[in-house]
Parts: sequence; structure tokens; C-alpha cells
Amino acid sequence: MKIADKKALKRESIIQTALQLFSSNGFHKTTIPDIAAKLHISVGNVYNYFSSKNILAQEIIKYTSEALGEKIQVVNMSDASAEEKIHEIVMIYFTMSKEKPEMIEYFLRVYLSNRDVFTDGCDGMVCVSGFITEIMIFFDDAVSSGELRNQDFFSAFGLFMGYLGGMVFLKGEDVLPKEIEFYIDDISRNIYNALKAE
Amino acid sequence: MITESYKPKLLWLQSITCNGNTHSFLNHPNLFSILSHFEIMHHPVLEGAYTMDDVIKGTVACDVLIVEGSFTETKFLKAGVEVSSLMKIYADKAKHIISAGTCATFGGIFKQKDPENISGFCFDLEEKTSRYVQYASKLISLPGCPVHPKWLSYVLLMIANNTKINIDNLHRPVELYGYTVHTGCTRNEYFEWKIDAKNFGLKEGCLFYEQGCQGPYTRGSCNKILWNDTSSKTRVGTPCFGCTEPNYPQESLFRTKTNMGIPAKMPLGIPRRAYLILTGVAKSFKIKRFSEKLLEYDK
Repeated sequence: MKIADKKALKRESIIQTALQLFSSNGFHKTTIPDIAAKLHISVGNVYNYFSSKNILAQEIIKYTSEALGEKIQVVNMSDASAEEKIHEIVMIYFTMSKEKPEMIEYFLRVYLSNRDVFTDGCDGMVCVSGFITEIMIFFDDAVSSGELRNQDFFSAFGLFMGYLGGMVFLKGEDVLPKEIEFYIDDISRNIYNALKAE
Repeated sequence: MITESYKPKLLWLQSITCNGNTHSFLNHPNLFSILSHFEIMHHPVLEGAYTMDDVIKGTVACDVLIVEGSFTETKFLKAGVEVSSLMKIYADKAKHIISAGTCATFGGIFKQKDPENISGFCFDLEEKTSRYVQYASKLISLPGCPVHPKWLSYVLLMIANNTKINIDNLHRPVELYGYTVHTGCTRNEYFEWKIDAKNFGLKEGCLFYEQGCQGPYTRGSCNKILWNDTSSKTRVGTPCFGCTEPNYPQESLFRTKTNMGIPAKMPLGIPRRAYLILTGVAKSFKIKRFSEKLLEYDK
């Protein structure tokens, strides 16, 4: 294996470990030594890859945003209808919240809750553009095809992603009486009905 | 080099037209210097060697034919003669054919009257007309509503100088149409940072996001070769209408069509995903300078 490939793997393993620790223990309660200890590497080695905890936190949000964006990109490139695509995106989001809960938890409980960590370097959409861009493309296609109603991007985005984020937050709080998959069909239908062309 | 031993014989003929290209060319500051390299056989408004009656007879010599206006095969007559048959006589004779303006090139505004039957001389929108094969080897397309006088003079002087003109697949000179109207626009910084113009006629802001500007996907050098040597639509705060494009005129020229806030048409050749990523990043920053007036005038 080339040195560059090894370094990339190591970098990703640091991101994944930090992602889990930040999501479960909180950003401020997790230290670089905690991350190094879990990976059985030196603290200095972590700093070789990320010069500060804040920078590591910013790289993680880019990583999760791109991971989610790549899955939605596959949906965008399919021939499915807007209604079917909404169902697919809801399924991707909820499945990820179950199989890799740290990915969504990180967004909700670290990124949105510690804005001071992200102000310098992750301004606005800079670190979440991998995900936002795919949602934009979904909306653009769906309005072009006449399936969804044309409106301001954020009014539609808030309805769609605020809804999903809220449900995953409730799941994280252990409030939902049923497994999250149970809600996929109804929530997809609700979103489609709210956004569809009149 | 241009030699004075033989002056190409220039014939300017009109079909279905508003005379806009004729008048535009009159604005050229060096009009008569340019025309001095040619023998004007006939021109709609300038003095020529032959009358329209002579032209109708089909006997006038012609090296360079400038055609202005949209075309229909039948039912458009001048002095009792179908213009299409008159054009054929001189197009066959000519060594160079210049379609001046969007109507002559692609059909333009007059095509709206009868889209099935009205077209440009050799193109119908981007499709080739039946004339194309016969005249392609000598055809130069100069779309624009109207054609910029200096685009026409560029072509005329290249012909007078016997210099090859590089053209694209629609026969437009690449020196003139290789650019987009966006190139050289004084609002480019606002485009880069996605700052909207809040109204027409302002110095600040980009007109692409709300005001309908088609400059980023319209071919033409309006912001490189200025109009009246002074300015351009976009520089003074009016959106580019895309008047050089085959599908001109489109609707809603003063409003950008968007899908949930995303421009429905991307800048020329730019993948939508790439554009949206850059847009998202650029919009994340508030640049103080771009929120301020460029100039404050004394009251």
C-alpha cells in the first residue's frame, strides 16, 4: 500500500473515532488524548493529521455531509419520480440514523449546538455543501419536471430537512414509540403532499 | 494587406426586417473608412451604384452579400418579386455571404409571427435550412439584435484583407462569439460572490440572479467591444437579453427563471453541481465592500 493511501486510511480512522466520541460524549467532554487512546496512537500523531480539535470537528462535518450527499446523488441520478425520490431520501436519512447514528447525531448535537467551533472555517454552507448541493439538485429537477411547486429554496428545505432532523432528534431522545423505519412511508407522503405542485 | 486595385462589390439586401442592423452599422465611428474598401452596389439607406430596380433585374454584380432580416420562401415580395428568389440570385453570385443580425441568422423576432415558415437564411434556430449546403462555404453568421457595428466591420475588413475568418459550428466568428457576454462585465465581482442587483440601473450587484441577465450563457463580445465605444447593457444595469442566441427572443426578459431559487439555466458549460457548490460557499460569506455603494455622489 502506498504511503499516501495509508495516510488517507489513518486520517479516516481518526475522523470516524472522533465522530463516535464527539457524538456520544459531547464535543467539549472529548479530548484529543481520548481519541488517541481509543485508536492506540500517540496524541502527537493525531495532531499530525489535524492541527486542532476545532479543525478536526470541521473536517468531520464535511465528511458526514459528503457521505450523505453521495447517497442522495445516486438518487438524483436515477429516473425515479420526485415522490419516489423523496421516499428514497427519507429512507437514506432514517437508515443512516439507525445504522450510523453518530453521523446524524453529530450534525444535530455537535454541529448545531457548538456554533463557536464552526464559525471560523465552516461559515454558512461551506462545510455542509456536499449535502446541501444534492438537495438543491433534487429540488431543481423536481420543479423543472413540474412535480413540485416552485417556491423559495429555504421554505422547502426547512420543511423537508427540519422534519427529518426533528424525527431523528426525537429518536435520539428515546421518545419515539416505534422504530424509525415505521415512519418512513407516512413522512415521505407528508413531505410530498406539502411540496407537490398544485 | 488591403489593396486598392480591386474593391469587392458589396450588396446589402433586406428581407423581413426592422432595419435595426442597417441603423446599427450607421453608428460605426469609422463607417465610411470601412466602406471605402468596397464598391457599394446597393444599400437600403446609403448611396449605391444601382437602384433597387436594377437589383430586382438580377444583373448587379456582387462579391459580398449582406443579408438582413428573417426569411420565408413565399409571400414576401419586393416590387412584385419574391425576396427569397432575389436572394438566391445574389447568394449564388457572392463570394461571401454575411447574415447580419439574429433574424437573418436564426429567424429572430420575426420568426415569432410564423414559426413554421419563417427562419434565418441558412439556419432555422440551430437547424440548417435547405440553403445551408449550397452556401455554407461562404457563410458568416453575425447574430445580434442588432448586430454590433464593429462585429460587422471586423468581418468586412477581414474580407477586404482576404484573411481567413475562424468560425464555429454556426458559422459565427470565434474572435467575436468565442466569449460570453459575461466576459468583461463590470459586475463580475458581484457574480463571483453571488450578490444580487436590487433593481435595474444600479452600479452594484449582479443581474443574473433575479433580473433575468442571460450574459453568462450568451455568446457575444458586448462587454469586450463596447457599444458606441462606451458601455453595454449589463454595465448600465440592464440584463443581457441573449439577443445573439439561436432561441432569441425568450420570454420574461427582466426576470430570472428559478427553480426553488436555483437559476434554471446555468452559465455556459458549467455543470450544475459544480455551480451550486461554488454558489453555496460564496454565499456563506458576507463581504462588507459588496454591501456598500460603489460611489457616493455629492447632493
